[in-house]
Amino acid sequence: MPFDRLVEAVDQWASTRNRVDVFAQIGQSGYRPQRIECRQLLEPEEFRSRYKTASAIVAHAGTGSIITALQMGKPIIIMPRRASLMETRNDHQVATAEQFRKFPSVTVAWNEQELALRLDEIDGLVGQASVGQYASEELLDVVRRFIDGGAGELPTKRSGG
Amino acid sequence: MAVSSGGGHWVELVRLVPAFTGHDLVLVTVDGAYRGDAGSARFYTVRDVTRWDKWRWPQTLFKLLWILLRERPDVVVSTGALPGYFALRLAKLFGARTIWLDSIANVDELSMSGKMIGRHADLWLTQWQHLAKPDGPLYRGSVL
Repeated sequence: MPFDRLVEAVDQWASTRNRVDVFAQIGQSGYRPQRIECRQLLEPEEFRSRYKTASAIVAHAGTGSIITALQMGKPIIIMPRRASLMETRNDHQVATAEQFRKFPSVTVAWNEQELALRLDEIDGLVGQASVGQYASEELLDVVRRFIDGGAGELPTKRSGG
Repeated sequence: MAVSSGGGHWVELVRLVPAFTGHDLVLVTVDGAYRGDAGSARFYTVRDVTRWDKWRWPQTLFKLLWILLRERPDVVVSTGALPGYFALRLAKLFGARTIWLDSIANVDELSMSGKMIGRHADLWLTQWQHLAKPDGPLYRGSVL
């Protein structure tokens, strides 16, 4: 689904601030960026290499974008999509943003106006590799034991079983 | 076998791969371009579906059936969304044991697929403590 508010806000900001170092994957956006370099969709490999070379990320509040930034130690500004604006089917990104803002390298902009303000501070943002490459050992262990154990943990059973 | 759709679902799924160390791993997702993330695992794609495009479901269901018949997995894990739900339900028919790990994106409530899968999964997990209930979904850590 398109997220025009994000694309437009970043494009406008790049225009007013005369930034030529912005690259965007814009998906099905109806808004056509005037200033920033963009593509509709990147292959995962290029997506990753663009992430790697970026000094900061601006994205919707999707877990893929956020977790990838946390893994790579990139600062990220996220703006949640809103169901009421037909940007997504429900407001789950609001809750995602609320949770991930606890990470120091994650900045939340709740709307376009706030995003413009946060973008002005983007060069001062510092990344931090906050999560490893893999899931928590607790979760991995549960899955491992399930795979190995055969017995399986029934949903009705309490932990430790 | 581990199954998910794209974006965050796939990013979360790949983070579980070390749990399969020492086992034969098959990864199933919705975009062939993710093959590079699969490492040495065997890799398949199915067409992505949502609850809004029912006319596409048969294609995805048949492909999943074909993959399951070919691979006969002992365990199937999914982080969502609908293709993963289908994979778990079908896998049960072949006697596989299944884990549903609801995406970390679902903070306020379980995903639609996550609610529907319920006890159809042998291990029904949420990544949020506050969504866990004694009779499931359970909380056993997160992909972070």
